[in-house]
Amino acid sequence: MLQPVKLRLEDVSMTFKTPRGVFEALAPVTLAIRQGRFVSLIGPSGCGKSTLFNVIAGLLEPSGGRVVIDSVDATGTIGRVGYMLQKDLLLPWRTVLDNVILGMEIQGVPLQAARDRALPLLRRYGLAGFEHLYPSALSGGMRQRAALLRTLMFDTDVILLDEPFGALDAQTKLQMQEWLLQLWSDFGKTVVFVTHDVEEAIYLSDEVNVMATRPGRIVESIPVPIARPRPRSVTLTPEFIAIKERCLQLLTAAHDSHVDEAA
Amino acid sequence: MTIQDTIKGTIRAASGIAGASDGARAEPTLTLRPARKIRRLPVQKDWPLWALIATQIGILVIIIALWQVAADRGWIDGFFWSKPSAIWQTLITFFTDGDAFTDIGFTFRSTIIGFLIGTSVGSMLGLSFWWSRNYAAIAQPFVICFESLPKLALAPLVILVFGMGLASKVAIATALTLVVSTLTAYAGVKAVDPDQERLFYSLGASRLQVFRKLIVPFCLPWIISVLRVNIGLALTGAIVGEFIASQHGLGRQILYAGQTYDIALVWVAVLVLSTLAVVMYVTVSWIESALRKGVRQ
Repeated sequence: MLQPVKLRLEDVSMTFKTPRGVFEALAPVTLAIRQGRFVSLIGPSGCGKSTLFNVIAGLLEPSGGRVVIDSVDATGTIGRVGYMLQKDLLLPWRTVLDNVILGMEIQGVPLQAARDRALPLLRRYGLAGFEHLYPSALSGGMRQRAALLRTLMFDTDVILLDEPFGALDAQTKLQMQEWLLQLWSDFGKTVVFVTHDVEEAIYLSDEVNVMATRPGRIVESIPVPIARPRPRSVTLTPEFIAIKERCLQLLTAAHDSHVDEAA
Repeated sequence: MTIQDTIKGTIRAASGIAGASDGARAEPTLTLRPARKIRRLPVQKDWPLWALIATQIGILVIIIALWQVAADRGWIDGFFWSKPSAIWQTLITFFTDGDAFTDIGFTFRSTIIGFLIGTSVGSMLGLSFWWSRNYAAIAQPFVICFESLPKLALAPLVILVFGMGLASKVAIATALTLVVSTLTAYAGVKAVDPDQERLFYSLGASRLQVFRKLIVPFCLPWIISVLRVNIGLALTGAIVGEFIASQHGLGRQILYAGQTYDIALVWVAVLVLSTLAVVMYVTVSWIESALRKGVRQ
């Protein structure tokens, strides 16, 4: 049974005028993501992942094309998707609880109601005992949890995660991946995930989109037909390794063509 | 040179034996080392607090005693320098006969009012630059111009416009504090992480929400950090205003005493003024740290 398409990018492109001519940051990108799917974008730096996210979040007007969410043209409108940047961006003068309710507060939910809604979730998802502390007292992993819960509590169907675990140590990263999958299956959100880590992308996703630079574009969409829940050992199966090899091959090809161009 | 020779040469160079003649290998020897200087880590010993305070009081007592003796023995001219015993007498008459409290109150009021107006209006002005980059760009040269202007040079003009009373002193104190607060608040605005703003907008925030929930709380520590500087500047402004034309105030008292060669009274007024300055400084520092705790950053 196929879910309806939640997020659709139709020929979204982005060009910037520079003194040396027009710079094409993003060649027309077309992508359809069905409801409840976990989709990753991987690619070298400068491939336009962040530009794409900013366009989806409405923070950047694309030079061409449309962003369609729930069959409605959402191009250039803010507040439709949850967006988590690599930095946690927790406000140091607010407690963890008050940071998490920021989205609801901005949307006009009364403070007390927002707190009542957030408190049980904080406790269930690993922040029990930290609710009333300030972010400076938290470890990197905990801060990232708070930032992710803030994105979730904003309660949009689509959430964009821009390298959320990029700055964490390997051990914490693994824990956070399990934690994220738990949240994803509990809330049924549609997730678009950007990472540099090929293994992370495959392990988490239903589909991995490999991107390339100059211009930024999606070169291939690779489905990950591995059953869930996935044990950690799945990364050692031939199936997984085959997908990983394909991804690395595409990334290296993109890199090599890049070098040739420079030479 | 054969290929083997080249390889040998490379190996020798790679193993770091420099200046070795063929055949004789230079062993690194201990005798080549320069004599090493070995010392103990210098350690500074802290005196207990009572010893520090006792020393400070001691120095003060010695200075006052030397001054007194020097004036009595005629080593220095007692007319120009006055002396501690005379100053003490004048201090008592200043508080019993004169209108000391009118003067203190006058200076205190103009300082505080100027401080409050300058700090709050200046901070609001600095924060307002967030709203429009065009507006900020247009205002910038004017603000910098006003900052570099020696504002005290305008004091005679201010007295003419605002009169001899409290208003002119408040105006000068305000002028001195306003720019400092404006520039500091604006520096705070510019230090806001653009990603933080993007986060707010991605949550669907309005400009007003970003301003109230992000810009203002973020800049508060910056605004607070100039309170202590501003109280000093405000006092300077008030005193200069009184120097130029006034009927009350410690500044006027100093000027008047100097013109009538009442040097002891100059010292008394300076002493009272310093006490006032210290009291205000300490109070503002206390308010500052209390606010800081409230803001938690």
